[in-house]
Amino acid sequence: MSTLLSLRAVSANLGAVQVLEDVSLEISGGEIVALLGPNGAGKTTLLRAALGLIPARGEITLSGARPGALSARERALRAAYLPQRPQSIWPIKVEALVALGRFAHGAAPDRLAAADQAAVDAAIDACALTQLRHRRMDEISGGEKARAHLARALAQHAPLLLLDEPTAGLDPAQALGVADIVRGHAASGGAVIFSTHDIALAASVAHRVVLMKLGRLISEGPPETALTPIALEAAYGRKARLEGVGESFAAVFER
Amino acid sequence: MSVSARISIMLAALSLLALAGALYLGPVALPDIFARDAATRTIVWDIRLPRALTAWLAGAALGLSGAALQGLLRNPLADSGVLGLSGFAALGAVIAFAFGFAAFAPAMAVVFALAAAVLVTALGWASRGPASLVLIGVGLSSFAGGLIALALNLAPSPGALADLVNWTLGSVEGRSLEHVALAGALLVLGAGLIFSAARGLQALTLGEESAAAIGADLTSTRALVVLGAAACTGGATAAAGVIGFVGIAAPHLVRALAGHDPARLLFPSALAGGALLVCADIIVRVLPTDTELKLGVAAALIGGPVFALIAARLASRGGDS
Repeated sequence: MSTLLSLRAVSANLGAVQVLEDVSLEISGGEIVALLGPNGAGKTTLLRAALGLIPARGEITLSGARPGALSARERALRAAYLPQRPQSIWPIKVEALVALGRFAHGAAPDRLAAADQAAVDAAIDACALTQLRHRRMDEISGGEKARAHLARALAQHAPLLLLDEPTAGLDPAQALGVADIVRGHAASGGAVIFSTHDIALAASVAHRVVLMKLGRLISEGPPETALTPIALEAAYGRKARLEGVGESFAAVFER
Repeated sequence: MSVSARISIMLAALSLLALAGALYLGPVALPDIFARDAATRTIVWDIRLPRALTAWLAGAALGLSGAALQGLLRNPLADSGVLGLSGFAALGAVIAFAFGFAAFAPAMAVVFALAAAVLVTALGWASRGPASLVLIGVGLSSFAGGLIALALNLAPSPGALADLVNWTLGSVEGRSLEHVALAGALLVLGAGLIFSAARGLQALTLGEESAAAIGADLTSTRALVVLGAAACTGGATAAAGVIGFVGIAAPHLVRALAGHDPARLLFPSALAGGALLVCADIIVRVLPTDTELKLGVAAALIGGPVFALIAARLASRGGDS
């Protein structure tokens, strides 16, 4: 499978503070990678640096090209991004918001070609928003908003999905729904990198997990090998372990 | 037909109705505006028509730039007046008039509006929430007001003072077809720039970072809107003086009818701004006052409460517009 995202020795600062230090990572089509780590570990910074949204040192490539060398449109055709707190400043309709995902394909929400409309419909369907598509963004719940923004990212039809805490604020059933969407994207040849505080979900969904603290990678690999008690304690400062429960996992923190 | 298209047709009809009304109504009652006598022809075609058209074009330019600036800055309180573009445009024109090179007044108005637009967007881009941006604009407006007073003080030809003061209050009294051509040309130019940024404005609904992430070129969106708003405001101010609040009120009224999509607001906001200002000018002309009320004063009397209403509604929503 082709490499969709590659980071080599990447560092980044926010102001004077170094928030990402010497991080290397590669993701290929079909892969799901979860970013774990305490608040302030650098997960969001890593995603933003990968897209070229903030300046970073080191070598970053999106499908072989440096993000800085790509136009915004070319970048959006390679990678779709769901920020941690997605905004809809004007209360537009759900389907208009999802249609913004087709921007890089040349579509405007009120002028969708057949392919754009199909992508929007599929994303709305995948995120269980069919009943809400004509509702305004200020008339739906927090969980529904999160799904609408996820649908917007899906409609972009980019091979790489970068999702910053896509399950934050969602109930367990909705979080599993997001997990299914992530699996579906990888199964169709795409790649997903997502950050989360839900260790169990990350271990259950991701092929690889990346555990971070203070801007550095602590461990990386398949969940069972990367999320050892030692690594978890190093990251979170608490004794913890990962337990297999059927085909899923549970993270157990000691009091 | 889309909602936006239906609203546009309705507002275009309203504009035509207002323009027709402006030809009929006025201090002098004319039974037949198509009468062939010289007095009627002069009143209707040389006085009332250019005046009404100037009002419509200035209103349309302000409505359009208001809608575009609100979309760019993601702030429903933004418009040329509040952000100081109108004040600076007036300053440019005042300098030109006061120092004896009146022919350059329109150019100066556009250049000064552009300077204000660049300044306010540069300062306001990083600011969070509607309040700080409006404060920046208020500061710029007051600054422009101070500089206008200074220019008037230093003006070598004080004979023009009275005219200038009147003109900074905003008026379309005694306008000719030259003013119509000026405001019209700059409106067409500004509209061309603004409409080519329409998709970028839609993308900005997601906020700056996400707009960039879905593929919007924010640098060009910003430049097009700032240049377009400056051209519109410069033209409107050069032709009609400083007129506030149309730029806020027009998009706000249209939003209630056509929804919040910033691109679909542009055209109807221009039409609404034009219709609003023609109606305001009709009111100014038919009011039985000794000296005619200035159009800018009337616009402020209507627009001020609208502004306060929007601000109050934003505050009740926690300001997270």
